[in-house]
Amino acid sequence: MQKVFTRPKTLKDCPTHYCPGCGHGIAHRLITEVIDELGVSGKTIGIAPVGCAVLAYDYIDVDMIEVAHGRAPAVATGMKRTNPDKIVFSYQGDGDLAAIGTAEIIHAAHRAEQLTVVFINNAVFGMTGGQMAPTTMLGQITATTQQGRQADGQGYPLQVCELLNILPGAIYIERCGLCSPAHIRKAKAALKHAFELQMNNAKGLSLVELLSPCPTYWRLSPPDAMLWIQNEMTKVFPLGKLKG
Amino acid sequence: MKTNGSYQQVVIAGFGGQGIILAGKLLAQAAMKSGREVTYMPSYGAEVRGGTANCMLVIAQEAISSPVIDSPDTVIAMNKASVAKFAPKLKTGGLLIFNSSLVDQAPKTNVSIEVIALPADKIAHELGSTKVANMVALGAYLQKSGIFGPESAANCLADVLAERYHVTIPLNKKALQQGAEFVKKTSG
Amino acid sequence: MSGKVLMCGNEAMAESAIQAGLDAYFGYPITPQNEVTAYMSKRMAEEGRVFVQSESELAAVNMVFGASATGKRTMTSSSSPGISLMQEGISYLAGAELPCVIVNVMRGGPGLGNIAPSQGDYFQAVKGGGHGDYHCIVFGPSGVQEWVDIMPLAFDLADLYRIPVMILADGILGQMMEPVVIPKDARRKTQDPGLPKKDWALTGAEGRKQNIVRSLWLADGAIERHNYDLQARYRQIEKNETLCEQYKVDDADIVIVAYGIAARIVRGAVDKARKEGIKAGLIRPITLWPFPTEQISRAADEPRIFLVVEMSCGQMVEDVRLAVAGKTPVVFWGRPGGGIPTVEQVFGQIRELTIKPKREK
Repeated sequence: MQKVFTRPKTLKDCPTHYCPGCGHGIAHRLITEVIDELGVSGKTIGIAPVGCAVLAYDYIDVDMIEVAHGRAPAVATGMKRTNPDKIVFSYQGDGDLAAIGTAEIIHAAHRAEQLTVVFINNAVFGMTGGQMAPTTMLGQITATTQQGRQADGQGYPLQVCELLNILPGAIYIERCGLCSPAHIRKAKAALKHAFELQMNNAKGLSLVELLSPCPTYWRLSPPDAMLWIQNEMTKVFPLGKLKG
Repeated sequence: MKTNGSYQQVVIAGFGGQGIILAGKLLAQAAMKSGREVTYMPSYGAEVRGGTANCMLVIAQEAISSPVIDSPDTVIAMNKASVAKFAPKLKTGGLLIFNSSLVDQAPKTNVSIEVIALPADKIAHELGSTKVANMVALGAYLQKSGIFGPESAANCLADVLAERYHVTIPLNKKALQQGAEFVKKTSG
Repeated sequence: MSGKVLMCGNEAMAESAIQAGLDAYFGYPITPQNEVTAYMSKRMAEEGRVFVQSESELAAVNMVFGASATGKRTMTSSSSPGISLMQEGISYLAGAELPCVIVNVMRGGPGLGNIAPSQGDYFQAVKGGGHGDYHCIVFGPSGVQEWVDIMPLAFDLADLYRIPVMILADGILGQMMEPVVIPKDARRKTQDPGLPKKDWALTGAEGRKQNIVRSLWLADGAIERHNYDLQARYRQIEKNETLCEQYKVDDADIVIVAYGIAARIVRGAVDKARKEGIKAGLIRPITLWPFPTEQISRAADEPRIFLVVEMSCGQMVEDVRLAVAGKTPVVFWGRPGGGIPTVEQVFGQIRELTIKPKREK
C-alpha cells in the first residue's frame, strides 16, 4: 500500500492546545507543508504572536521567537535585514496585527521588507476570552460587544488586505478562507506563493490573510463555524488575490 | 589680559549664518592640534532655530571639568543680542570682542573688562565677503590671547571645512590674519 | 597626537560601536541624539552593515530584538521620551536574555520636557523601567573618551551575560566635542574570559534541534525558576562588573557622589575645594547598575559627610543612602529639568556643609 497522507516533518507530533474546530491547527499544517515542500525548514525563522498562537513554536519545528504583542513585523525586519539569506515569516492574529500592531505592519509593508506575513483573522480575541477584535463583524456578540458590535462607537470591521493594498511595498496580498477543503487548498497555494516570493528575493512584503474559524467564541459548532465564514465573513472580507 | 592663561573659557555667539559654529570648531581643532585639552559645546536643537547660535569652548593644559561656562574669560559677540546676553557674564578682567560693524557700543558691565570694538564685517567686506567676519573675529582673539597664532588655526581650516568649501580657505586665512593685524595695530 | 580626533559624543560613540563590531543599528530621530542616526546612516552603509530608520522607538527596540535573536551585535539610541516608549521591548529583551546596547542621551522631563541635558532617567534605567524583575547593566560615562571606551565593553558584557546594556548619557555628552581616540576593532577576542558561542541564536535549524527565543514560561513554577536564573546572573554581574572611580577620597571630610557629566563638574568643585583647604573627594559610579554599594559603604565607615549631586531632583541619592546605611549623613543637591550645576554652585554646597555642622554643635 502506498502512503499518500502523512504528517509534515516540520509539524511536531504532539497534541495542540487549540480548541476543537479551531483554524490554527489547519494554518500550522499548511505552513509546515509549504516549508517541507520548499525544503526550507533549515533556514526558516518563524515569529509567534501574542494571542492563541503564542505557543506556535511548540508545534512548528523551525527556529522560532515569541515577541511582544503586535511587534512581529518590526522584529522580522531586524531579523531579515541582518539575515537576508533566511526565510522569515510572522504568524499574527487579528488583535496582534490589526489592533495593537497596525503601525508595525503598515511600516514593514511601507518599507517593502522582504517578509512573509500570515494573518489569522477569526474576528475575535481568542486568548483573552472572546473580546471584540478590529475585525469583529457588525452585530457580532463578543465579551466586549454584548449587544453586538455597533458601527457607531465600535467602528467597522477592519479590512487589512484592502488597507495594505495601496502600499507599493506590499507586493503580494491575498485573502483565503479556512472553511472548506477547496478553500484550504487555495490557502496553501497562497502561502506557498508568499514563501516563494521571499525565496526568490522579491522586493517587498507578502501577506496572506486567512479567515479562520473560532467555534468557541463564535458560539457555533465547528461545521457551523465553517459555514459562517463562507456565508457571513466573506461578505465583509471578500476572498481573492488583491495583488501579486 | 588678566585671565588664567592655562584655562581659557571662551564663548562665541551671534546670528545663525554668521559662522559661529565653524569658528568654534576651528578654534577647538587648533587647540587639539596644539596639544591642549579642549571641550566644545554648541547650542543645539530648538535653541538654534530662533536664529541665534553660540558655542562654548574650554581650552586648558589640564583635564577640563565642566564644558559649560558660567563666567567666560572671553566673549566673542558678533551681534547685539549676543553682546547683551554674554557680556554681563564675563569674569573680572575678562575680554569682550564685539562686532562693531553691527553693534554701536559695548554695554556697561558690573565688573571691569577689556573691550575690543572690532569692525569684523567691515574688514571682511573689504576682503571680499562679510561671510568671513567670523574668521576676522577669531584672528583678533588669537592675537590678543596669544594661546597660539592665527596661522595655527589657518592650518586647521581643511579639517573643519567640508571639502566643497575648501576653495574658500585662502580667503578665510586672510581674514584670520586681518583680524590679528587689527589687534596688533590698535593695541600697538 | 596620532589618532586623536575632535568629535561630538554622539558621533564618537557611534563610531566606537561600529569599531566594536556593530552589525545593525535601528533608531528613530529625537533631539539631542540626532547625530547618531545621521552618522549611522552614512557609516553603516559604508561598512555594508544594517541601518534602519524605524517608524517609532517601539519598532526600533523590536528590530533590535529581532537582530539580537539571530546572534548579531545590535543597538539603538534615543533620548528620554523615546526610551520610555522602548521599555516594553527592554523588558522582553531582559526576559528573553538577548544581548544589545541601548543608549539614552537624557533630556529634561517629565513628558516632552525639553531638550536640555538631564539625569532624570536614573530610576528608569537602574530600577527596571519596564515590567518584571530584571536589570540592565547601566553605564554612566562622564566624558566623550570614556563613552567611546565603554562601547566595546558594553557589547562584550551584553554578549557575556546575555543582557541588555544601557548607556546613560545626556545632552551635553552627546553634543560636546572633545579630542578622542577611537579604538579600532575593539571586540573582545577569545582570550580569557572569551565570549560564549551564541548557540541559542536563531540561525535556521539546519542540522540541529530547533532554537526558541522566548520570554513566556507558562509551566508550573517555570517563570519563578527563570527569575532565579536571572537573579543568579545579576549577582555574578554585581560581583564582577562594578566600576567606580574614587578621587581624593582617602583623607576627605566630605565625599561627593556623582555620575556622568555632573561628576565632571563636581571634580572641578573638588579641586577648587582642595585649593581652598577643604578636604573634598569624589566617588564616581561608572556602572550605575551594578551600583558601587560596597565602595560607598566602605567610604562611609569614616566620619565624613556625603553629598550627592545630580542633574535631577534626587534619584541616585537613594542608592547612596542604602549603601551608607545611616552610618553618616547624606545630603542631596541637584538641578532638574535641564539646569546644569556649575562648579561654583557645587563648591558653595561643599563649603556650606563643611562649615555648618561644627557651628550647629
